[in-house]
Amino acid sequence: MTVDAWIAEPVNWVFSIVAVVILFTAVRVVTSPNVVHAALYLVAALAGSAVMFLLLSAEFVALVLVLVYIGAVLVLFLFGIMITRAPTGFDEGLSNDRKLVSAAISLVLLGVLSWASLSAFGTDTVNTVGSPTATEILGDAILGRFVIPFEVVSFILLSALIGGITVARRDLTPLEEEERKAV
Amino acid sequence: MTGFITDVMANFWAGLGIKLALIAFIVPTSALVFGILEIKISAHMQDRIGPYFVGAWGWIQLMADGLKFFQKEDIVPTDADAPVFKLAPVLVLMSAMAIFVVIPWGPGLVFGDLELGVFYALALSSLATVGIIAAGWSSANKYSLIGGLRAAGQLIAYELPLVLSVVGPVILAGTMSLSGIVEAQVVFGVPYIVVQFIPFVVFMIAALAELSRLPFDMPIAESELVMGYFTEYTGFRFLFFFLAEYAAMFGMMLFAATLFLGGYWAPGIPESMMPFVGPVVLLTKAGLLVFVAIWFRWTWPRLREDQLQSLAWRWLIPIALLNIAVTATLKVIL
Repeated sequence: MTVDAWIAEPVNWVFSIVAVVILFTAVRVVTSPNVVHAALYLVAALAGSAVMFLLLSAEFVALVLVLVYIGAVLVLFLFGIMITRAPTGFDEGLSNDRKLVSAAISLVLLGVLSWASLSAFGTDTVNTVGSPTATEILGDAILGRFVIPFEVVSFILLSALIGGITVARRDLTPLEEEERKAV
Repeated sequence: MTGFITDVMANFWAGLGIKLALIAFIVPTSALVFGILEIKISAHMQDRIGPYFVGAWGWIQLMADGLKFFQKEDIVPTDADAPVFKLAPVLVLMSAMAIFVVIPWGPGLVFGDLELGVFYALALSSLATVGIIAAGWSSANKYSLIGGLRAAGQLIAYELPLVLSVVGPVILAGTMSLSGIVEAQVVFGVPYIVVQFIPFVVFMIAALAELSRLPFDMPIAESELVMGYFTEYTGFRFLFFFLAEYAAMFGMMLFAATLFLGGYWAPGIPESMMPFVGPVVLLTKAGLLVFVAIWFRWTWPRLREDQLQSLAWRWLIPIALLNIAVTATLKVIL
């Protein structure tokens, strides 16, 4: 593709702008000196990713990202942060000096993910830019061809849920049980 | 005339500009109208008169209030986190405005007829909670923080019933586009409330919790938390929260009227009159639901946060799941 053809396509413009926003906010998530700011930068990064999915004609995935990740998971993140500690201003001890190792691991991860998606999809392109993928096709795929992976993921989530309850739950001491019975 | 309108709307930028201007007009206007209605209705429910001197029966009281907010000083507390503090009301108002995009006011009379309209409305309206938490935290005030925390805790309770209760109509209609759902109800013959009454009730309860309206106004709770998450706000930022509260209520009730009450459709109206009568019909239905919400405000005492949790998880979610199972089974059988 020539440079002129690339510039003529508005989708490329949107992609570039959103990509810059995602990169900036994603870096700020890990470098921000305040936990709540980091979480709010994550909101922006996820919103940017939702726009990316819109550009790929995956309307449903984009909205799931907004509803589940921004609307629920991040709200719980913020809830968790604030219920434990939520100082305004700077927060000490958020960073450590293992930056080189982290950078190396991130680069390896980037390499692996890029290699995996390139080898799986290679030169496949989304041929209908602008028209959303029918949700029916997605539903049929998840509950048809991919039903077993889907159920496996559900089981992992269920076990995580049960594990979470077990960790968080505090059994009553015999004395407290007596008290509860008395009430 | 109709041809001219179609020509103008066909131009992308002109159409976008007109749509934006319309939404920017609807949101504050609806907030002012329902704000003054709430004041008057609540006054009469308590055997008072309410505002009386500004305009006939006090109808421009809220416009005067709004203007007053604009000339107030915009105060950011010293300890507050200024960027987040300033951004939070914008996020809340944006989320309240977003729902108006997908509401159909008549056949073809819709700002953007998304294929996933129902999902879009739910996703974008849940964004407000992020703004509310950010507002509560960045104010550096204990009351605000508790208000924000309550809003987040409340989300755990209402989000699932809200999403699950709209699945019934979506299964019946076989589409998530709001225009499609209205058309499906026209074909169906009766509004979905007739066959989906229980999910309608679940939806209304969850919607009241999402809107932080009584009996679920724990995040604001004037008698406990001053003004909850927006205690520290002044001037037009306070006005943003006020507008967002009423606009979100109106938007949510429009959404409910479209899903369960047949939207812009009413029996006995000829097809050719629909673009003119449709908005009035929808406004009447949504207005009725807003009245119910106001009525509840003066009828029920405030619940505690844990009571809302147990109501949602013990009753609303199982009922909504049961309804999905029954509706889906009947849809396949019949």
